[in-house]
Amino acid sequence: MHGRLKVKTTEEQAEAKRLEREKKLHQYKATTEAIFEKRRLGQLDKEGLELTSQILGANPDFATLWNFRREIFLHLEEEGSPEEMQALCQGELGFLESCLRVNPKSYGTWHHRCWVLERAPQPDWARELELCARFLESDERNFHCWDYRRFVAKRAQVPAEDELRFTDSLITRNFSNYSSWHYRSCLLPQLHPDPQHHGRLTEDVLLRELELVQNAFFTDPNDQSAWLYHRWLLGRADLEPTIHCIYVNREDACLAVAFSQPVRVTPGSHGLILLADEAPLTVEWHTPDGRNHPGVIWLCDLPASALNDHWPQHTFRVIWAPGQCQKECVLFKGRKDCWYRDSVTEEQVFRCELSVEKSTVLQAELESCKELQALEPDNKWCLLTIILLMRALDPLVYERETLRYFGALKATDPMRAAYLDDLRSKFLVENSILKMEYAEARVIDLSHRELTALGHLEHLLLVTHMNLAGNRLQHLPPALAALRCLEVLELDGNEIESLDGLPGLPRLQELSLRRNRLRRPSDLRPLTLCPCLAQLDLADNPLTNLPEAPAELANLLPAVHITLV
Amino acid sequence: MADNLPSEFDVAVIGTGLPESIIAAACSRSGQRVLHVDLRSYYGGNWASFSFSGLLSWIKEKQEKTEVSEESEDWRKLILETEEAISLSKKDTTIQHVEDVCYISQDSAEDIEEAGALSKLPDLGGSDTNETAQQSEKGCLALDKQLGTKGCEMSPETIASNDLECTPEGEDTEVISERESSYDATSGHSTLETEKTENASTAEVSNLEPKKITYSQIVKEGRRFNIDLVSKVLYSQGLLIDLLIKSNVSRYAEFKNATRILVFREGKVEQVPCSRADVFNSKQLTMIEKRMLMKFLTFCLEYEQHPDEYQDYKDCTFSQYLKSQKLTPNLQHFILHSIAMVSESDSSTTDGLKATKKFLHCLGRYGNTPFLFPLYGQGEISQCFCRMCAVFGGTYCLRHSIQCLVVDKESGRCKAIIDHFGQRISANYFVVEDSYLSEETCTNADFQSSAHYRSIGSKDTVRPADLVHLTCSSTKTAKEDLEPVIQKLFILNDEKETESENGGGLEKPRVLWAVYFNMRDSAGIDRNSYDSLPPNVYICSGPDCALGNDYAVKQAETIFQEMFPKEEFCPPPPNPEDIVYDGDGTQPEDPGFSISPEPKAEPLPEESSNIENKVTEEHNE
Repeated sequence: MHGRLKVKTTEEQAEAKRLEREKKLHQYKATTEAIFEKRRLGQLDKEGLELTSQILGANPDFATLWNFRREIFLHLEEEGSPEEMQALCQGELGFLESCLRVNPKSYGTWHHRCWVLERAPQPDWARELELCARFLESDERNFHCWDYRRFVAKRAQVPAEDELRFTDSLITRNFSNYSSWHYRSCLLPQLHPDPQHHGRLTEDVLLRELELVQNAFFTDPNDQSAWLYHRWLLGRADLEPTIHCIYVNREDACLAVAFSQPVRVTPGSHGLILLADEAPLTVEWHTPDGRNHPGVIWLCDLPASALNDHWPQHTFRVIWAPGQCQKECVLFKGRKDCWYRDSVTEEQVFRCELSVEKSTVLQAELESCKELQALEPDNKWCLLTIILLMRALDPLVYERETLRYFGALKATDPMRAAYLDDLRSKFLVENSILKMEYAEARVIDLSHRELTALGHLEHLLLVTHMNLAGNRLQHLPPALAALRCLEVLELDGNEIESLDGLPGLPRLQELSLRRNRLRRPSDLRPLTLCPCLAQLDLADNPLTNLPEAPAELANLLPAVHITLV
Repeated sequence: MADNLPSEFDVAVIGTGLPESIIAAACSRSGQRVLHVDLRSYYGGNWASFSFSGLLSWIKEKQEKTEVSEESEDWRKLILETEEAISLSKKDTTIQHVEDVCYISQDSAEDIEEAGALSKLPDLGGSDTNETAQQSEKGCLALDKQLGTKGCEMSPETIASNDLECTPEGEDTEVISERESSYDATSGHSTLETEKTENASTAEVSNLEPKKITYSQIVKEGRRFNIDLVSKVLYSQGLLIDLLIKSNVSRYAEFKNATRILVFREGKVEQVPCSRADVFNSKQLTMIEKRMLMKFLTFCLEYEQHPDEYQDYKDCTFSQYLKSQKLTPNLQHFILHSIAMVSESDSSTTDGLKATKKFLHCLGRYGNTPFLFPLYGQGEISQCFCRMCAVFGGTYCLRHSIQCLVVDKESGRCKAIIDHFGQRISANYFVVEDSYLSEETCTNADFQSSAHYRSIGSKDTVRPADLVHLTCSSTKTAKEDLEPVIQKLFILNDEKETESENGGGLEKPRVLWAVYFNMRDSAGIDRNSYDSLPPNVYICSGPDCALGNDYAVKQAETIFQEMFPKEEFCPPPPNPEDIVYDGDGTQPEDPGFSISPEPKAEPLPEESSNIENKVTEEHNE
């Protein structure tokens, strides 16, 4: 009754496909050439728009062509009436939408859309919001579209409440959405700002958000997005850099300033001002390494007049203008140094990870994380959050428990063992600093703590004795330069292979490096930068086996008494 | 057209239920000449869907006493001496105990027409005055398999999908809301429903004032409902979906994802948190429960890889296993009744885990629940396969009854059928829906009870009425089986009493109108139960009790493979571009035979245009 149908063979299909592709390629090449020729000739006309649209329709990532289109647009704008421009923009937006359907993640296309809307005489923002909603419907994690949505929301002055509701709806659908959580972290501080802490939330909102995010990580504890948002919720406001310590040494004729965060002091500017006995003193500020990159320690040499012994005392006042803070210290006659320092109380330092929210909130968070941890003993995010919460609550009380959780965390996440060691080291250094401060000592004992890294050295500006024996340090950081007063440094039983990076320590007298891994006498060259060094213990290092070592070392460090056995 | 049918086919298919329709499509697709007939005036048999007026006609038909056949036996003359006849039943006995009850005023219902209806409604018959009707009772056998509670209440308002790709489209407001819900009368406490989350479209806002709904309104709005005779949905992974996609039949229908699954527990209807998003959003679970549920469900997804976790419980029931897993009673209930949907008393741990895994595998493919349903009702699916059959040259006749199968005495094979016009049509293979076989030929059958409800909730003012479908395997008449359940979920009686009774509590929806019926469940009846059938006659069963359609697809495939062991079952249609017309060479593009699968623009061969007309008729009627 009917003719039977015959289907092309695979060879025939392949051949047909090949021809088709060849034809397409030829067209693509020809059109591209034509466009470049037009651009060379400066023909900024509608034909150019037509040609580029053919190529961009297929390949929206051809950035040069978007540029050419913009050139044409700017040219037509000069000539055309607003009505014509409006029509042109309308057409362009339609074209862009079709490009976005081809590739919804094309940087060039989204950027061009912003550009067109900024130039359109009557932009229809409502339509743009609707477009964003549509694209986020099909891929709720398309960050290109989220970026564009923020642009549109800003231009259209969409109330933050509405945008927050929008993020609600997307999180409800799929909470694994970084963009959506991130947008919340931008919107909430606008809507519910904490009057005391810039960039933070009022407590009721904070509690609500914590509950929401808890729902997420109890549902899927392996989803990072929720944990990262949780960390943001418990984070602290960005604090302005302040001066937390100054130190003056008569002998060195040097003044050191320690900041809470790295700052840049530009020469000749009036950011950092020194008043000696209430008179401005022009000094040259420099970092310990002399490179003057942003740093936490800034030094200046004092002229002899500022330190003369005729007066009973000299007052040094340092003003940090951008942070509107000033600190002063008084050098009495006959004293060799003087200092000022903020007391390192828990509220002010070491809360880079978590801030001081009401401790009840934190306590509740800790409880629920522990519950989750009981159910999911191997979840690294949960373990890490527990550690951070404990530190926020009371770093000293929870010290032992924290170390236990670090052990569990390292076992579940061996890939990040080194990172975790460093983090743990940092926390232990912080704890030691706190203990030292409570004891009002200038001696710090950090021995036998399995440290792999040294952090917060800017807090040790006044320390004279530091014991780092029995750790796992492999090298010494340049930040050690902050220890302007350090006289005795014990590094026995570490894994130090070289002293590269060790800065000059102005007051260092005794250095013990027993049982390390130093191989060559030349490795000790950085010690030549320590002018006061008198005692050096190198016993049980590989280099002691070298017959030429004693002579070489004596040559390198003639004024130092070196122990090799 | 029926009176001049060709007298020779390769395959004759009798009955347009789902398995028959799939077989017809598969045969036609593999080049067989197919005749597909149905005694009924609609497609789908017991798989059909109706508008409200269509359902009323169906009820009337089923309630009518069948008149004694006064047909002539003329056809007997066509049987040769070497042949014998197996006569086919012209009366459908698969539906019993049909009772409809109206709980609201029936103002001048006789004059009301369905909006858009072309013809007047059939007379509503006698039952409409009988408000508390208690009618005929008859015992039915209970099914001992599958007691899981299930049901779905869903809305077509959410996502329209084409080609099963779920592309959101502008939605028409034609359908207010379709609910189906089934109930396991034996386990007593649990209904699983899926329901829409969105509000119905704005067109319905005019119904906002809590006006009393009258019967005439329901009739008028009748086209807003597509009422399925069976409560089935499509698992979004499974044999039927695979078949629809593979064969490209999917493009003939639109599908939607059910939006919620609800459970009736402790007197309340609650949403079942089954997907990740549901668990995240759930207000009724504690944090710890959320974690436990997610953990258990994650385990179920790959339970085979962790045999040590359940090995010790292999011989226990699934509910005992759940208890052993330290899940809260809340969670046990959700998992047992709403996710695994297995029997509390006699499903093994492995069965439960398997069912849970299947459910979870379906999640997220097309949406937040594992279920899809055809936009215009379950009956649509049968029609789509018929359409595929017609596109490839199949011939269709509805309202066409077949008197008998003609069997050659010597070979024992069936040779032909004789239709009610007395035409003898020969074929090599015969596929027959089991309802056509008279009861003598079949030795056992089970029944399921079914009830459809329209109900209104006073809270639910946007939608004037919802449709609820309850199903269970039957022990008595449908009404006896299901009325206790309905009393738990709905208000049946006069409005004033119950309003005061309920006070400030949770208000139950009110039932406006209901129909009960028992439907035979012949799935699982062995071919051996039929005496002395010729080997080239294949029997298809009606809808089974399960929520999905796997049984029908499996049956269709098995029968097709028996008939044509070397042919592929419903292979993907060729790409239109790759089709070369290989006719007499003069007309390379014969417009009479384009097999472009686009449903709208295709010119169909002569016969198949008939089905298209009929399909659209059904919709526009």
